[in-house]
Amino acid sequence: MDLPVIPIPPAAAAGGGCSSKGCGTGGDHLAGLPDAIRRKIQDHPCYSEDAHHYFARMHVAVAPACNIQCNYCNRKFDCSNESRPGVVSELLSPDQAVRKVLAVAAEIPQMTVLGIAGPGDPLANPERTFATFRMLSGKAPDIKLCVSTNGLRLPEFADEIAQHNIDHVTITINCVDPDVGARIYPWVYWNHRRLRGRDAAAVLIENQQKGLEMLIERGILVKVNSVMIPGINDRHLQEVSKVVKAKGAFLHNVMPLIAEAEHGTYFGVMGQASPTAEELQALQDECAGDMAMMRHCRQCRADAVGLLGEDRGAEFAMDKVDVMDIDYAAAMEKRARVREDLLGKLDAARGAKQAVRAAHEDAQAETAGLRPVLMAVATSGGGLVNQHFGHAREFLVYEASPEGVRFIGHRKTDLYCSGDETCGDGESVLDRTIAALAGCEAVLCSRIGFEPWGALEAAGVAPNGEHAMETIDEAVLAVYREMAAAGKLAIPAPLQKRA
Amino acid sequence: MALHISEFCIACDACRQVCPNDAIAEDRPWYLIDADKCTECSGDHPEAQCASICPVEGAICDELGVPLNPPGSLTGIPPELLPRLAATGGGSVTTGGGA
Repeated sequence: MDLPVIPIPPAAAAGGGCSSKGCGTGGDHLAGLPDAIRRKIQDHPCYSEDAHHYFARMHVAVAPACNIQCNYCNRKFDCSNESRPGVVSELLSPDQAVRKVLAVAAEIPQMTVLGIAGPGDPLANPERTFATFRMLSGKAPDIKLCVSTNGLRLPEFADEIAQHNIDHVTITINCVDPDVGARIYPWVYWNHRRLRGRDAAAVLIENQQKGLEMLIERGILVKVNSVMIPGINDRHLQEVSKVVKAKGAFLHNVMPLIAEAEHGTYFGVMGQASPTAEELQALQDECAGDMAMMRHCRQCRADAVGLLGEDRGAEFAMDKVDVMDIDYAAAMEKRARVREDLLGKLDAARGAKQAVRAAHEDAQAETAGLRPVLMAVATSGGGLVNQHFGHAREFLVYEASPEGVRFIGHRKTDLYCSGDETCGDGESVLDRTIAALAGCEAVLCSRIGFEPWGALEAAGVAPNGEHAMETIDEAVLAVYREMAAAGKLAIPAPLQKRA
Repeated sequence: MALHISEFCIACDACRQVCPNDAIAEDRPWYLIDADKCTECSGDHPEAQCASICPVEGAICDELGVPLNPPGSLTGIPPELLPRLAATGGGSVTTGGGA
């Protein structure tokens, strides 16, 4: 895969540093973290908002068993068009997983991270999970290892995790109150029994919290995932954020519930509402007062491959991997070169970002007192406005304001299904895209066709192809200033027609 | 006295790992309990371990074919809503936007 070359203005690249006044304005969700942690995650696509434009990750599905039931999960379902956690197409043995990882890491040299996330719970399959990590840390020591768990057996395995060179762990913590948990977890397998209701949730919560503390004591970075379930834990998640931050988790990722009746989950079948993009953003903003929030999570499958938001898993099915001829040593050297190169580009891009933000501050008089605006951006990576509107399967949403620009989240056009037109309910892709852009007043892309142009305008979203190949920050702020100059920001946002 | 596994098995391997008698093996198209080894956990645990961790209703059955986890007992989804799901099958994923 080719990554676009990023043109860096020389002056901008020389800027940056915390003395520059652009520092700390909005944008960087990791700004408050200690340098040691920032260094550790600078090339981790799942943890660093900037890095996810450059570096790739993969999950290997070696862990089929689970020891709890969540009301948003149904292990029976695997539609190959579907993309959501808990779902995989091909379960791998540890040996197969290692071959696959080495093949992907040879073909996609910007791959920095290997995670085991399921499709069940990695720590409910300790032999398979740790066998995979053990082999990989020997054969590809440059690849970062991560594990994602429900936390039930973390206290039991914290030492083993520490031994395996696993420096990132994600725990899914949806609550710290068993009464809330009783509405999320119907059962937990613990101490040879299937516990139910409040007792089940209490055991899970106790182990999660103890596990979190043990990992922090061992110097392992912990991110906490929470699924936002309106009416059940949405008001409670701020408390979760406070608690996990106090214990030392470095990042909190609040994700929207995925609940569709077709998935056969309890929440899906029972009609539990998922949060809207606006509700999710509001909660993330509330939690952000307590700790660093992550907003670029794509809730990927337990066998996803590639940059976040893309899944190249099908290119690396085991039958294809088995016939690949790979020079592993050369691949590792290539990865080192690519990584060095990308880190350089990332660094330069961060510098450019600072410069763009500083320039925006200098020009504050143009926008002072004006209302903020949400804009959607079509990008295929590299932090640039560089994707054709019609090719975008997701849009990144940014908020521009007199204070600067900040990343808000992403909107999928195909939601959790990537099937073709026969695999849907007849709504056109364009209708769905426009619905997904609700709340955005402009959409920035490299190019756009005539038909969507008209439809977007009619829906109150201004299409804009004039900032192709510019950095996202630069383009978003330029459009914001254009809107300001045109007098569009002194008045309230127009009511949008919903598709 | 032995339990057996029905076609509802999703081959998740959870039961094999918790069986005190090593009576469960991976098999196609679904897992298999060795009736000679299975004791239904009597003497080891108060509850049959495979049935205590199995995530799928109807997959673990007794000698008479009666499921230890009947429909609705694990997910809480009312059984009357289940056939409808089976009928809609896999391919028809609709998109909801925000609810």
